[in-house]
Amino acid sequence: MAGPRAREISLFDPRILRRAAQDSVRKLSPRAMAKNPVMFVVEVGSVLTTALWLRDVVAPPAGAGSAWFGGAVALWLWVTVLFANFAEAIAEGRGKAQADTLRSMRRETRARRVRGSDVEVVAASELRKGDVVIVEAGDLIPGDGEVIAGAASVDESAVTGESAPVIRESGGDRSAVTGGTRVLSDRLTIRIGADPGESFLERMISLVEGASRQKTPNELALGILLAGLTLVFLLACVTLVPLAAYTGVALSVTVTAALLVCLIPTTIGGLLSAIGIAGMDRLLRKNVLAMSGRAIEASGDVDTLLLDKTGTITIGNREAGELIPSAGVAIEELALASFSSSAADETPEGRSVVALVRARHGRGIPAQVPPDAKLVPFTAHTRMSGCDVGGRALRKGAVDAVAKHVLALGGALPADVLAAAERIGDAGGTPLAVCDGARVLGIVHLRDIVKLGIAERLARFRAMGIRTVMITGDNPRTAATIAREAGVDDFLAEATPERKMELIREEQAKGKLVAMTGDGTNDAPALAQADVGMAMNSGTQAAKEAANMIDLDSDPTKLLEVVEIGKQLLMTRGSLTTFSISNDVAKYFAILPALFMGVYPEIAPLNVMGLASPQSAILSAVIFNALVIVALIPLALRGVRYRPIGAAALLRRSLLIYGVGGVVAPFVGIKGIDVLVAALGFA
Amino acid sequence: MTAVGWLQILAFAAVIFAVTKPLGSYLFRVLEGERRPLERLFGPLERALYAVGGVDPRREQTWLQYAGALLAFSCFGLLVTYAVLRLQAALPLNQQRFGGLSPHLAWNTAVSFSTNTNWQSYGGESTLSYFSQMAALAWHNFTSAAAGIAVAIAMARGFTRSVPEGGARTIGCFWADTIRAIVYLLLPLSGIVALGMLATGVIQNFSPYLEVTTLEGAKQVLGMGPVASQEAIKQLGTNGGGFFNANAAHPFENPTPLSNFASLVLIFAIPAALTHTYGRMARDARQGWALFAAMALLFFAGVSVAYWAEARGNPAFAGLAVEPGAGNWEGKESRFGIAASALYATVTTGASCGAVNSMHDSFTALGGLVPLFDIQLGEVVFGGVGAGLYGMLVYVVIAVFLAGLMVGRTPEYLGKKIEAREMKLASLYILLFPLLILGFAAWSAAAPYGVSSLANAGPHGLAEILYAYSSAAGNNGSAFAGLAADTPWWNTTLGIAMLAGRFLMIVPALAIAGAMVGKKVVPESLGTFPTHGALFGALLTGVVVVVGALTFFPALALGPIVEHFLAEAGKLY
Repeated sequence: MAGPRAREISLFDPRILRRAAQDSVRKLSPRAMAKNPVMFVVEVGSVLTTALWLRDVVAPPAGAGSAWFGGAVALWLWVTVLFANFAEAIAEGRGKAQADTLRSMRRETRARRVRGSDVEVVAASELRKGDVVIVEAGDLIPGDGEVIAGAASVDESAVTGESAPVIRESGGDRSAVTGGTRVLSDRLTIRIGADPGESFLERMISLVEGASRQKTPNELALGILLAGLTLVFLLACVTLVPLAAYTGVALSVTVTAALLVCLIPTTIGGLLSAIGIAGMDRLLRKNVLAMSGRAIEASGDVDTLLLDKTGTITIGNREAGELIPSAGVAIEELALASFSSSAADETPEGRSVVALVRARHGRGIPAQVPPDAKLVPFTAHTRMSGCDVGGRALRKGAVDAVAKHVLALGGALPADVLAAAERIGDAGGTPLAVCDGARVLGIVHLRDIVKLGIAERLARFRAMGIRTVMITGDNPRTAATIAREAGVDDFLAEATPERKMELIREEQAKGKLVAMTGDGTNDAPALAQADVGMAMNSGTQAAKEAANMIDLDSDPTKLLEVVEIGKQLLMTRGSLTTFSISNDVAKYFAILPALFMGVYPEIAPLNVMGLASPQSAILSAVIFNALVIVALIPLALRGVRYRPIGAAALLRRSLLIYGVGGVVAPFVGIKGIDVLVAALGFA
Repeated sequence: MTAVGWLQILAFAAVIFAVTKPLGSYLFRVLEGERRPLERLFGPLERALYAVGGVDPRREQTWLQYAGALLAFSCFGLLVTYAVLRLQAALPLNQQRFGGLSPHLAWNTAVSFSTNTNWQSYGGESTLSYFSQMAALAWHNFTSAAAGIAVAIAMARGFTRSVPEGGARTIGCFWADTIRAIVYLLLPLSGIVALGMLATGVIQNFSPYLEVTTLEGAKQVLGMGPVASQEAIKQLGTNGGGFFNANAAHPFENPTPLSNFASLVLIFAIPAALTHTYGRMARDARQGWALFAAMALLFFAGVSVAYWAEARGNPAFAGLAVEPGAGNWEGKESRFGIAASALYATVTTGASCGAVNSMHDSFTALGGLVPLFDIQLGEVVFGGVGAGLYGMLVYVVIAVFLAGLMVGRTPEYLGKKIEAREMKLASLYILLFPLLILGFAAWSAAAPYGVSSLANAGPHGLAEILYAYSSAAGNNGSAFAGLAADTPWWNTTLGIAMLAGRFLMIVPALAIAGAMVGKKVVPESLGTFPTHGALFGALLTGVVVVVGALTFFPALALGPIVEHFLAEAGKLY
């Protein structure tokens, strides 16, 4: 792992904490607070109680006792606001640290822009979408784009962390380049794909910094519920004053404000934005860039996942697994012919034939092809490769191509070879025929190798309630075999880009959310149509532009982690909301008896916690309310753990921990604080 | 508490459980069936009403049109009733020569009956002519109940219908729903029940009031009138407005334990059955039973506390020369007893009926807390006809939202996503209740014209204020007594609370239906949590209690709860 990848940041990184502490004071500005109605109410309460305390200190009303209580309540209300700001600032700080890492990829470089026939040197930041630049060996690529001419090896370790250089060339699926990576050899002509500030990297930077963070749909809905609850409690507390006055209880503004702040959902209100930012941050640490928070949230809702067979379920390349000679042909002859005909084939498949022959039929195989051999490379026209050696024309290729070849030479495909080829196809493999002139020697069985661990990953998707569909160009029989072996729920065989789009549309018409990964240009329309489209960083610019996420590691199974992060986001919000509301039960039992005990000492039994004094009770509840925000910051940043145990079991678990736990915890906490407050002599 | 007492409560619960499925299925076929049951019998009247109103029952309405029709219909009824009450002196069937009602009393009464509240600032036998009772009020007893059923069904359609892409986002036809509910359900059932009521001794006549000489030789005037026909729909439609001032405690309205039991069953029958109708509409009866279970749980909790508190009696009597263990008999009819009175109080407030067979004001502090809190939960403990179901469905939206987040998925209910718009409407719905109840109560408690109507001071007086506005906003209509409500301030503000509590809650409920109806239905997967199981029932119950408790606990703590502890300490109000 080289390069400035997103790094693990300690929860207690002192620099971030210091910066967050400063930011939390800066965030007290009412304009910033107004975005969060829950905390805004707390701030208004803080201002009111402070003003009253100042009045009590400067000009104590007749008969007023010591002003310490009003001061203490005011202080802790301020602390509540500061803690909430601190939570948000810490999340932003961690995001900023990540953003700095990302930004280091966007070093200010010079770019050579082509204008007509001239080439001018400009700053990379001046490049616009559609500009064409020239990059030579040793240069940094100035921005995301597509290679329109040339081929070069590029060091992309800055983005992917992978140190081996990769080939980028015009046309095909290896044409996309990322800004900040370095050209090692040759020269590329690149069309820039995004305006400044619009590239994935830059969008992600502003997302993790929290600058351009827009509320996601669920966050919006939750915000409305929280604002509604805040209004309900505001009504309950404000009307309590005249209602209490009627029964002879005079409530001061200070205690009413304390009650209100304890009741409104400050825990979730204070942590809500931190949760959202932390989600981005977690995603980035997985080396995934997202276009928007909405995309992450949507990934938690995914119902159907389309997976390309090649590269996702099977390792990209097929591997030769077996040689099957035709009747009357010795296995040694087939082995030698296979070896010779594959020597010119530099594809992984060709190399795997050589490896197989060496490993299993090594006797009698020369170290190299004889120097007089004439290598015949693979062409799209013949669909065969091979070599002419010692007067023999050895060829290897797809069965139908070889059949055509031998037919032209007056030969024929023997029945047993055809049968073997069909058997292999049924079993999910690919047969290659080998011939010497018009004589067919036999079959090489190429096998799809299912990736290690893919079955477990697919099982995990199933446990989450996500249906997986394998997409492949293979015929249905081959597809079915691989699908069974890998454990996908369904497959789409003989897939074309159109069929793929159709499938996505069908699923979406059923109300399902579809996720897919892709890297090729022909994936682009489907990536755009899918609700969650994750492009591989190694893919084309078109694919990246159509997607709403990019995986820098180009690992399609990364979607699993993305889905979990999406779910965690919602779960953390839901759990903390439940916790926040459940807390109110204990707070009522702390504060209400304290408010009314002066006039109605008979309600002492309602003081179930046996709190030392009314002042201590109110203060303890306020302090608990503030501390719980800080205590939950780590949970908000880390997220509630998702377990694929089925929704009902998950709900039961969450209700038990955050619902029942939320009722019980404050009874313990408030009592503990009360004991301390009393011990310090404040009661 | 006695075994006989509990037996009455359990027998009642068993009967309600037994009628839920058949009555719910019948309602389903009436309102959603291709062909209605007994069409031969009721069809002609149904079609005649369509012809009179120029209604095409097949013309479906969007939520806005539906709400518009409902508002126009209710507004029309309200104005006619207001006119009848004001002009009472000039209208027929006025045996006792009652004059017209004062403007604020006529307003309060017209609002009260058109909102299915049936709050009565007047005494029936001393204020209203037979014509006013039969024409102005009975009209609303039928139509407001039918409108409630219509809204509930419309909302259920919003959740359960799947509209094809580009299809009309309609939720039914208000006129057809209302007319069918009346013709196929309320009218025939009321007719049968009225006959049964007659058999138990409820009166039905147009005689002038009787003047009788009692055994002690005193003169007494006995109110007369067509009571049985009013009584049936009063309970069946969860209206609750008594013919007489004493309501169901009056021997001519509720003469025997049998009529009492029948009344209780009638109050809960339709609200309970509607949960099953809903399950049928959702094509999964368990969805309906989950709502039923949540309602039943809340009901049992309430009736247990009320019965316990009443059977235990007033703690202040401990040590006095009162038979220990007798329980609290103040304000109760000896022919019903403590269990049936506590049960009646829980039922009439759980459903937004508001008929009473005992005086809730005379209950112990905790016994009186139950009816009050039942109303404040939003009238969803089976609730008013229709109102209970649509109120509960709003709570379902909130419960599903929380649960959905907790399992890490955009919340879905019956396959439809709950999003920001629904949360906005649901928040509006739950916000309105405290706004009306606590807002008006606080104002009344602070204003001299509010306080002057109260018979009791301190916590008990506060409970009376809270009860009045809760009853009005919840469209319950029962009174805590002890409050002289026939003043301009109380009549007017209670009228506003009733109107808002009905229509400002129906509109967001229908808007939710309108927002939900067009949504795509996502098939269930392992990732969606089931909304038909015990877990969801418990969560739903929890949400109802927590929202209600958190909202009203401070006010209740100052009222009945403080009162309870004071009574324990021997102080009474």
